[in-house]
Amino acid sequence: MADTIILKVYRGDAEGGELHTYEVPKSPHMVVLDAIHHIQRNQEPSLACRWNCKAAKCGSCSAEINGMPRLMCKAQVDDYAGGEIIVTPMHTFPIIKDLVTDVSWNYRVSSKIPPLVPKPEYADKPFNLQQIDVDRVQEFRKCIECFLCQDVCHVLREHQRTDGFFGPRQMVKIASLEMHPMDNLNRREQLKNEGGVGFCNITKCCTEVCPEHIHITDNAIIPLKERVADDYFDPVQGLLRKIGIIKRERKQPLDSVPNEQTKIHRPV
Amino acid sequence: MEPYDLFEYDVLIIGAGGAGLRAAISAREAGCNVGVICKSLLGKAHTVMAEGGVAAALGNMTSLDGSKEPDNWQVHFVDTMKGGGFLNNWRTVEIFAKEAPERVLELEQYGAVFDRTPEGKIAQRPFGGHKYRRLNHVGDRTGLELIRTLQDKAVGVGMNVHMEVVLTKLLKEGDRVVGGFGYYRETGKLVVFRAKAIVMATGGWGRMFKYTSNSWEGTGDGLMMGYAAGAELLDLEMVQFHPTGMVWPPGMRGILVTEGVRGEGGILRNSKGERFMFNPDYTPALYKGQFAETPEEAARWLDDKKNNRRPPELLPRDVVARAIYREVEAGRGSEHGGVYLDVTHRGAAYIKRKLPSMYEQFHALGNVDITKEPMEVYPTIHYTMGGIRVTPEECASTVPGLFAAGEVAGGLHGANRLGGNSLSDIIVFGKRAGDAAAAFAKQTTLGNIDESQITEELALLMSPLVDKGGESPYAIHQDLQEEMQKNCMIARTEEGLNHALEAILSLQQRAKHLSIGGDRRFNPGWHAARDVRFMLRTSEIIVRCALQRKESRGAQWRLDYPKLDNEHWGKFNLVAWKNGEQAQIEARPLDPLPDRLQALVEEQK
Repeated sequence: MADTIILKVYRGDAEGGELHTYEVPKSPHMVVLDAIHHIQRNQEPSLACRWNCKAAKCGSCSAEINGMPRLMCKAQVDDYAGGEIIVTPMHTFPIIKDLVTDVSWNYRVSSKIPPLVPKPEYADKPFNLQQIDVDRVQEFRKCIECFLCQDVCHVLREHQRTDGFFGPRQMVKIASLEMHPMDNLNRREQLKNEGGVGFCNITKCCTEVCPEHIHITDNAIIPLKERVADDYFDPVQGLLRKIGIIKRERKQPLDSVPNEQTKIHRPV
Repeated sequence: MEPYDLFEYDVLIIGAGGAGLRAAISAREAGCNVGVICKSLLGKAHTVMAEGGVAAALGNMTSLDGSKEPDNWQVHFVDTMKGGGFLNNWRTVEIFAKEAPERVLELEQYGAVFDRTPEGKIAQRPFGGHKYRRLNHVGDRTGLELIRTLQDKAVGVGMNVHMEVVLTKLLKEGDRVVGGFGYYRETGKLVVFRAKAIVMATGGWGRMFKYTSNSWEGTGDGLMMGYAAGAELLDLEMVQFHPTGMVWPPGMRGILVTEGVRGEGGILRNSKGERFMFNPDYTPALYKGQFAETPEEAARWLDDKKNNRRPPELLPRDVVARAIYREVEAGRGSEHGGVYLDVTHRGAAYIKRKLPSMYEQFHALGNVDITKEPMEVYPTIHYTMGGIRVTPEECASTVPGLFAAGEVAGGLHGANRLGGNSLSDIIVFGKRAGDAAAAFAKQTTLGNIDESQITEELALLMSPLVDKGGESPYAIHQDLQEEMQKNCMIARTEEGLNHALEAILSLQQRAKHLSIGGDRRFNPGWHAARDVRFMLRTSEIIVRCALQRKESRGAQWRLDYPKLDNEHWGKFNLVAWKNGEQAQIEARPLDPLPDRLQALVEEQK
């Protein structure tokens, strides 16, 4: 029939699973999430997926479509005209059920990054900032935390180095603070050490999958790598600093703000 | 009984949108141990969908009607009261208008990065019903900026986050709430929270309507938990239809098109190409003379806001939505049954800078390039003005220990909310609710959990998994949506509302026998079964209130009572509470405006 589409959707859990095939009526400009909803309402109410806004603003319905990390609400069925549509959960995170994965690691890592600490002279005063001062930070703040960049990142996906690298999403978050003209925390030590910015080998896969079109690698990660290199690895700058020709920007150390230990609870 | 996880907090916050997170920050800063319940993942709450901006009288921009005075709380107060048809609680509005600027500047300290003016201040844009450019914004993704800022700050001050936990019942000891009961979406296992104070911050309820901008979360669960615990509800008939929801493609029907489009000069046209908002019949008496009367004046306003009046597209939401409804009813609708919203005259570069997410939304999801062609729009259910009745200062409900803030609370917006006022609502009253809950918690100890209350709720919760041969909750939900859309939407009549009431009562009977396959692990069908029961009861009260208010005011438009009735209905709120198994509804006299505030209203007539 011309007016239906065939979807293969992963059904399973930590124990294993398989692709199930569903036939769904097609509507104009239908997206994959529409098809998943149709299956839930009419065929399999227990099919698990996350979604909220259905307008590419909340970043909940992340999955892999034909192996490519995408938001299901933004993936038009017509993009796959005639071909197969295979929907599987994000590969990098432990599966919970069907299309739902355990992304809590991202929140635990994020909680290690302290929020903005305003420079003392601007504390409790309205900021005076030009648009040009904030343009690049605003790009990073478009992030909707869909974690597709984390899903596609080789360091996390292939090498499972969640112990060594915060991942592209958190690099974007740190960049939004590091490049905020009013922030007073020195974030470079965290970037270099537990953040693991050095792990990124600039393949730009994260940039490619970002639904918000943030230039993650070029605008966030590379400048952060440069800042770390300037501070820790550049012998000329090190020498000039030593003899006092250039001065290091004085910011508060990260551990000067209390770590209040937000706890992200998980069901046992 | 079945074992459950138990957590104990000083302050339990149900809901992790802007109001809940702002409450968490202040309760934590007051020294409390805070637990936050998210129905979804952290940071995905409906706040993220707010687009246009957060209204606060910072006074960074000049007025829209030639006044030389900078914006101030007094004008914001009057605008909000007028927009709400004077059904608002005046004290709530006064606190709101006074405190909003401070709360917005505080967001900047927390890390929010607003768009800037050439002087380096926060940029503000015009919006419906606001006399000044008052909406502090970040392009058209202000809600995302707010929720991420509050999320990061709340995580920074320290809280206990319980993601994907659904609470379905508040637990009581005597009159007081002492905890909540629910389940983990992931495992279906049970969880109980004991708390000294509880802040309800679960947002609104739009899912009972067919075309809505709400996500799956907007089911009225928080409202109904409060109701079941004995809290009074206010103004439930007041459900806001946002004038501009998407109509095409079908999968996007109801998704929001920000009022920012009109704030940036967007023009509404019918299928004949007429700019129908200039039809004088559409401008209510209260707003006569305050808006541009020719397209030429409206066009000049784009570049010269001092000497020209704003376009009539910027009338309050209820007014614009009714006009669109009438155009379509009169046969002047667009191809897919809406009207056209055109912003192409602003140029591609400007549109992409000021409305980037609208550009992306239409481009990626609707195959429409809004820099080259108009959008098709039609009213969509968007916001609920009514909610749990709370005190203006402490956000305390009528149940000891239970506070409420944000969309789930009632009183601030009256009969119609102005755009931008919801984002300032959640930060002003989120903070106040957090402060008040913390103060309450310090005066008291944890109460006792009565397991018989859990057993009762558990039986209801489990029945769809146990019962065989019952209906699908999705089928009942769909029937409810059709009915509410048809008979309780923009234009209401006694006949239609009575039809809706009967339909809802019969759906409530059908919903007693639901069945769903699968087990308790992340089973959306099972979750939908509890949700649909919350929605049915909420809908019943909405319809009963709409029947009772025999006038047209704000969101309530009665074709059989088309006039504003200031002599009678203008003096009453409708208050509902649980009386046995029945919803008791009473018209309760409004507290009249004190002279000092009445004087402000007179001054600005």
